[in-house]
Amino acid sequence: MEYYFDNAATTAARPEVAEAMAHYFTESYGNPSSIYKIAQKNKTAVEKAREQIAKAINAETNEIYFTAGGSEADNWAIKGVAESYANKGKHIITSCIEHHAVLHTCEYLETKGYEVTYLPVDEYGLVSLEDVKKAVREDTILITIMFANNEIGTIEPIAEIGAFAREKGILFHTDAVQAVGHVPIDVKAMNIDMLSMSGHKFYGPKGIGALYMRKGIKITPLIHGGAQERSRRAGTENVPGIIGMGLAAELAVKELDTEMPRLTALRDKLIGSILEKVPYSRLNGHPTKRLPGNVNISFEYIEGESILLLLDYKGICASSGSACTSGSLDPSHVLLAIGLPHEKAHGSVRLTMGHFTTEEQVDYVIQELPPIIERLRMMSPLYEEVLRNNK
Amino acid sequence: MQYSEKVMDHFMNPRNVGEIEDASGVGTVGNAKCGDIMKVYLKIEDNIVKDAKFKTFGCGAAVATSSMATELIKGKTIQEAMEITNKAVMEALDGLPPIKVHCSCLAEEALHAALWDYAQKNGIVIEGLKEPVNDISEHEEIPEEE
Repeated sequence: MEYYFDNAATTAARPEVAEAMAHYFTESYGNPSSIYKIAQKNKTAVEKAREQIAKAINAETNEIYFTAGGSEADNWAIKGVAESYANKGKHIITSCIEHHAVLHTCEYLETKGYEVTYLPVDEYGLVSLEDVKKAVREDTILITIMFANNEIGTIEPIAEIGAFAREKGILFHTDAVQAVGHVPIDVKAMNIDMLSMSGHKFYGPKGIGALYMRKGIKITPLIHGGAQERSRRAGTENVPGIIGMGLAAELAVKELDTEMPRLTALRDKLIGSILEKVPYSRLNGHPTKRLPGNVNISFEYIEGESILLLLDYKGICASSGSACTSGSLDPSHVLLAIGLPHEKAHGSVRLTMGHFTTEEQVDYVIQELPPIIERLRMMSPLYEEVLRNNK
Repeated sequence: MQYSEKVMDHFMNPRNVGEIEDASGVGTVGNAKCGDIMKVYLKIEDNIVKDAKFKTFGCGAAVATSSMATELIKGKTIQEAMEITNKAVMEALDGLPPIKVHCSCLAEEALHAALWDYAQKNGIVIEGLKEPVNDISEHEEIPEEE
């Protein structure tokens, strides 16, 4: 039995999504750019999927551009604005808890003569609108702040930042990879100019994403070589992927009204039970301004990878912000940014739930996790000290 | 990243976990900031390591190398114990992923730190043993309570 608690990493595709896609691999395989009937049918299908995506975030159909995923959408938005608006300025504002697809892109642009302000966050991982206002300069061309954080689940004040950016006439991009299909998004009401999404984070397929770009915004392409996507993103369309993502977006948004309260209740049960059962543990991220399926807890005196290995032994799939799981010596940049000392960041575990998570699965984790923490603490020289001091 | 079966065995069923009350030598290396701390206790009688125990804060490889290092040192003379290198620990575990090699270095350092403590307490010189650079005192690096 597998207990999948890593839905922020990727989700299982819905069976109906996989089924809808299958037809476009073996039967309706035509290239949408070709002229014959089976190809033209695919062009229509792609446009229908584009409409499904647009509706999911209240955008216009012709404002959606398909990409190979969320990372490409982030790269394209940021590099594209940087290049196309260079004559207006070379300053970009972002936050220090962005996904690496945003952070590394900004760091790359710094080597090309751009200046980037990395806004700090508070102890919950929230960006403050005041900080955004203070960071704006004459030459600011882009504000890019994530919709919701992938590690700690904190939902940023996107509508407030959007309203401010619009008023100032500065482009506003948001990496909404973790948010689309999980919380309501309205690009019009929230004044979002550009938005990145990824199909496999909301029960669609991997290898497909999209960039929403408000009408009137023109940025240079990242991928050259053809007239697809209104000459803005070359490459033969990933038709099965597009069909799958379109359907997945429609289904996820349709179910938001029931899924959000269901997952929020499971989340709060999981958080409450673990914090109650395990001493020296703390919740990372905001208690309420938080993605419905996200739980991130630090356990003192032990290290995350060890926890993951023992969870895996019990069939529970989770992830950690520990250095040992990142391949570097530093733990998660997000946990450090919210002020966690290194040793507490090393002992963090992220459990992310989704459409297929049941209450029985949550109960299983509540039952299995505390003894694992206790077992590792009994092995820890740091905990030895705590026990001695408590005597 | 994939651990060998031996590493997983020593992680899931670590040998020699614990403390030795009247240890002849105790060594602690690493720090919580980097995510690894190993504390090794040795009981030495008549120049022979009679018993070894450990406590480790760290990843799967840190626990497995501590377990294997303490297994390897038991029953050895001090001179033989000096020959337990990080390579020997790694080989005994059927290898480690490249990013985990430092865990085996830490295990070697932990053994040396415990031997150094023993030598200091008994006023003897162990050939080839240098003062541990990584040794930390009991109260350093312990996370503060909130």
